[in-house]
Amino acid sequence: MSILINKNTRVITQGITGKTGQFHTQTSRGYANGQSCYVAGVNPKKAGQEFEGIPIYGTVMEAKLETEATVSVVYVPPAGAAAAILEAVKAKLDLVICITEGIPVKDMIELRHNMRSMNSRTLLLGPNCPGVITPDELKIGIMPGHIHRKGRIGVVSRSGTLTYEAVGQLTELGLGQSTAVGIGGDPVNGLKHIDVLKLFNEDPETDAVVMIGEIGGTDEEVAAVWVKEHMTKPVVGFIAGVTAPAGKRMGHAGAIISGGQGTANEKLKIMDASGIAVTRDPSKMGSLLKSVL
Amino acid sequence: MKIHEYQAKELLRAYGVKTPKGVACFSVEEAEAAARKLGGNTWVVKAQIHAGGRGKGGGVKVVKSHDEVKFVASKILGMQLVTHQTGPSGQLVKRLMVEEGAHIEKELYVGMVPDRTTQTICLMASSEGGMDIEEVAASAPEKIHKVFIDPKLGLNRVAALELNKKIGVPPEAREKGADLFEGLYQAFIDTDASLAEINPMILTGDGDILALDAKMNFDTNALFRQPNILDMRDLDEEDLAEIEASKFDLSYISLDGDIGCLVNGAGLAMATMDVIKLFGGEPANFLDVGGGATTEKVTEAFKIMLSNPNLKAILVNIFGGIMRCDVIATGVVEAAKQLDLTVPLVVRMKGTNEDLGKKILRESGLPIISSDTMADAAQQVVEAARGGQ
Repeated sequence: MSILINKNTRVITQGITGKTGQFHTQTSRGYANGQSCYVAGVNPKKAGQEFEGIPIYGTVMEAKLETEATVSVVYVPPAGAAAAILEAVKAKLDLVICITEGIPVKDMIELRHNMRSMNSRTLLLGPNCPGVITPDELKIGIMPGHIHRKGRIGVVSRSGTLTYEAVGQLTELGLGQSTAVGIGGDPVNGLKHIDVLKLFNEDPETDAVVMIGEIGGTDEEVAAVWVKEHMTKPVVGFIAGVTAPAGKRMGHAGAIISGGQGTANEKLKIMDASGIAVTRDPSKMGSLLKSVL
Repeated sequence: MKIHEYQAKELLRAYGVKTPKGVACFSVEEAEAAARKLGGNTWVVKAQIHAGGRGKGGGVKVVKSHDEVKFVASKILGMQLVTHQTGPSGQLVKRLMVEEGAHIEKELYVGMVPDRTTQTICLMASSEGGMDIEEVAASAPEKIHKVFIDPKLGLNRVAALELNKKIGVPPEAREKGADLFEGLYQAFIDTDASLAEINPMILTGDGDILALDAKMNFDTNALFRQPNILDMRDLDEEDLAEIEASKFDLSYISLDGDIGCLVNGAGLAMATMDVIKLFGGEPANFLDVGGGATTEKVTEAFKIMLSNPNLKAILVNIFGGIMRCDVIATGVVEAAKQLDLTVPLVVRMKGTNEDLGKKILRESGLPIISSDTMADAAQQVVEAARGGQ
């Protein structure tokens, strides 16, 4: 097992014909079972055509009906990305993974409102995230597949390259990953740390979790409180941005300390008090995890 | 993106939010003319900079004559205004607003932000106007009242009236207060704002409700569809290095330390700053070169870092994923040669084509210190910055 995706997942790519969509569809397809997992693309203007043998449909609904796909990945540019996610939600897919960076916050707030008022059961991962990978089975997103190794450690993070850093350290220590999940760096998003931790807690093939956060918001604090009460597996953590000044957006739209909230020290303090082993040295994420097994 | 108070007030007035009458001025003569045009016998001369805390820093003065307007305007225009938000060197004042005096009966607070937890727009208000809302949140959190607004439903009139009651607006003024909240909300939504603050919102002696100050920030992700907002951008208020970086699609933030860092990815860039600090150094900047860095981008990134006179050493930290280490290595070598690099350079590379990248650095003949882990790289760069080479 694993969480969210596995080798039997069938994937629709929204925005398959753009430069980014093309590139990452090619590389993701070349990883593990990608060849059989990527079954459809969507572009209303190019319906009936193909991208390297992958059929392109006019709508997500058609793509789902024709291929029985349950997951989509969105590479649509920012201005149209929220609408693309909503289309996948309306088609009742199980999971939508939005890679797109730069979606206006208002669009995301409206989208999340729509998902709530529809009682949607579709899970949203991202936006502004690297995606999700279950090593040796399926990669959906922009992460480098080759640094991963199949195993029993879960990884969840708001940052892309910092996830790769953690995965790289784990792999070097001989610790493979069950699934690595990027939840994205935007202030208004889908799955949060707590949601992914719940999934890892229930996954019989995950033994422990690396949780990586950063300044801004209170998601890490909320997750930590849940971990204290419910998590049956060890969790280790790192928070980026101890040195970040208040009021400045540190690259990610969501990485900003505002109104005195969302500092790294506050997050580390609550995580530590919740029984999460934390480190302030990002080069020790892997060895810290190894020490708690 | 931030705008000035006078711009925010102009924007809000278009949505029916009442403010005192005011005029933006760029010279002493304009300030005096503004006072004459506004009439009356009391005016407020307000420095227009993007930072808050202007009053405490001496950037806001109440004056009672045209001569005083001229005198105060000449003092404030051209001053380096230091507030808790500007840093010790302050911000040069180039614009003023001359505003008619208002009779303040009571000062209140109103603010609006997207709320991350509920994923709605949060309207918050407090009876404690005129002070920092963070202070109120810390000392008297029960005095901050919130209404969460779903954008599809809009601001409910009853909730707006109720909020007025909670912050102590007398019954006869609550309709006006609710109008102000509605105007603020509509302006917020229409302009893709990321923050709006009216602090203070005042009750006047004659029962009116005015925005005495106004602050608005905007979602940079939405500027592509907000040309009118983008037109209000004032580059004089922004950091030169940050403006330069944005031209090359580099995410750069100036900091006070002396160790420059060049990293791919925002999270890793923050973590790199943190690890420098952990080993006793101080980062000079945040810099994310992004996923698609080219030799040109890396060279520009080096130029921007080197424009900082405090810079003593540079740490390059790359986790090669889609981005290949050999591409970065080539960029680093090119930049170092072009710019005649004089500060020590530590490079840590990991991931795709790592060996090839390291080989390029080694064979360049440049005095580059190579490192394998973030911790080791940070120790090396801190030592190098201290001149311990």
